[in-house]
Amino acid sequence: MSASAEATVLITHAVGLHARPSVKFTKLAKSFAAEVEVAVAANGPWLDAKSIVKVMAAKAPKGTMLHIRAKGDGAGAAVEALVDLVQRDFDEDADHARSA
Amino acid sequence: MRLEGIPASAGYAEGPLFDLDRPRALYSAKASTAEEREALELAISKAIGRLTALAEAADADAAGILEFHIAMLEDDALSGPALAAIGAGRPADSAWRAALDAEIAGYDASDQDYFRARAADLRDIRDQVLRALSEDGEATAPLGAILYGEDIAPTRFLETDWSAGGGIALRAGSTASHVAMLARSRGVPMVVGLGAAAESATGLALLDAERGGIVFSPSPAEIEAFRESACSFADRQGAAQTFLTQPAKTRSGTAVRVQVNIAYPSDVDGIDIATCDGVGLMRTEFLFGKTLPDEETQYHAYRKVLEWAGNKPVTIRTIDAGGDKPIAGFTVEETNPFLGLRGIRLSLKRRDIFRVQIRALLRAAIHGNLKVMFPMIATADEYDQAAALFAEEQAGLVARGLANKLPPLGIMVEVPSVALMPEAFANVAFFSIGSNDLTQYVMAAARDNSAVAHLNSVHHPAVLRLISAVVDFGRDKGIPVSLCGDAGGDPAAIPALLSAGLRDLSVAPAQLAMAKAAIADVAV
Repeated sequence: MSASAEATVLITHAVGLHARPSVKFTKLAKSFAAEVEVAVAANGPWLDAKSIVKVMAAKAPKGTMLHIRAKGDGAGAAVEALVDLVQRDFDEDADHARSA
Repeated sequence: MRLEGIPASAGYAEGPLFDLDRPRALYSAKASTAEEREALELAISKAIGRLTALAEAADADAAGILEFHIAMLEDDALSGPALAAIGAGRPADSAWRAALDAEIAGYDASDQDYFRARAADLRDIRDQVLRALSEDGEATAPLGAILYGEDIAPTRFLETDWSAGGGIALRAGSTASHVAMLARSRGVPMVVGLGAAAESATGLALLDAERGGIVFSPSPAEIEAFRESACSFADRQGAAQTFLTQPAKTRSGTAVRVQVNIAYPSDVDGIDIATCDGVGLMRTEFLFGKTLPDEETQYHAYRKVLEWAGNKPVTIRTIDAGGDKPIAGFTVEETNPFLGLRGIRLSLKRRDIFRVQIRALLRAAIHGNLKVMFPMIATADEYDQAAALFAEEQAGLVARGLANKLPPLGIMVEVPSVALMPEAFANVAFFSIGSNDLTQYVMAAARDNSAVAHLNSVHHPAVLRLISAVVDFGRDKGIPVSLCGDAGGDPAAIPALLSAGLRDLSVAPAQLAMAKAAIADVAV
């Protein structure tokens, strides 16, 4: 039986899981061999975390509880790294995107 | 001809018009499904190549956007539906267009401003590939041109050489778009929401992205006035920045409240709340865009702004549709719309739609310091009817156990009947003078008709006398009076407004610094 992991994290970035953060998120997901999925509700639908098209289409705003799950090689490390990225606000300066 | 719009990035541009909406070259269908598939894959990789080259030369902001486009194009989930359609016999161009249009529709339907604005990115991605498919080497705009069209793609903005000036004028568009954000950070003048199309998008145009307007085929007098405004803008802009972070004070030390006017909830993302005294006017008609927003969408939009403002006041104006702001499914066709069913008149006629907004406002009120005002009030009876609807809806919310609060209810002073007899409105919570409409009704000079623009002046003594009378009445009765028309942010009008007794102005965010600088120059 292969490894699996699951976690939930609150999106605190001002405009949510939007363009640049989703680029970072999917790039990071792709760096793991494990199959990684995300959902904006506990009961799914589960989306491929390596597809920016799918992740953006979830249109998760600030305040969304993001569910992340992975299975296969490095599942635990993948979930941990993605949760950490979301908690770091995607390393984005919140005002960066909208300098007036 | 002059069209009015919403400033998305302040500044002035004078130059030839460049039509963004010229028809594109056609794609020629291939002989087999395999060739169609190959054509699409080649076009996608060509588009990625072009974007990568652009990204290498771009600054961090622009590169971030381009990387997003590249990542989307590299994702098989994007091309999957199009390749499937090709397999079913569709040519590459229409397969791609249909697949992307389906994605775009998903973004257009989002109740989040930010995600809705991403539809423009998806359109750009779509058109990048269509362009590569048809090998349409689009003519580039001449240096210093004003790009005019329905909307503009971020890549088009990035490919344009702005070193010699130029600007952007859009019939639709959004102040929250990527392009608007780029334009603000690069100082490229941009106006959105110009509405109706010009007869022909050629020749010289003057783009005023400070107040929000464009003049097509200007007269020599218009050009001269425009150049004066442009020069003074540049001078003022340089000098004004030091005033932005300070509370506004006149030369004699009189404090003046300066609030901001906003049209979209996302407008506040670019404003530091410490630099203003609140929101003097939050328009709600633009929220209504193409469709009528439901209660939840409105509630979240209002709540966002209230939470941003903290304990500073946010004055939200109930929907002011009609006049020059038609909304499909709501406003009616009229021969003389400025004198017809607009503002509160329309809301009282379409109570089903008005009640939805009222419930959203009552619920949002608990999240901050909300004030609500009604536009186009002409009689006390209209105010009483609107206030009664608030009371009814509040009772309904209480009965359903939903948290709510009745905000102070005020009125716009823009119809002369109110300015002439403010005593008929002694029971309202506040007055907000809408100087644009008050001026056009007092002077009988339409705002959108450049032939009578010389009459449309807030400086006319008749207009100033009415403003002064309302201020005096408010002071006597302890009813706050503010002004939220364009004149409030116009340094040339500010001395006269302060002399008329106003001490509370609401201005476009881009005019905040310059308005404070102008106030500091007045001795009252």
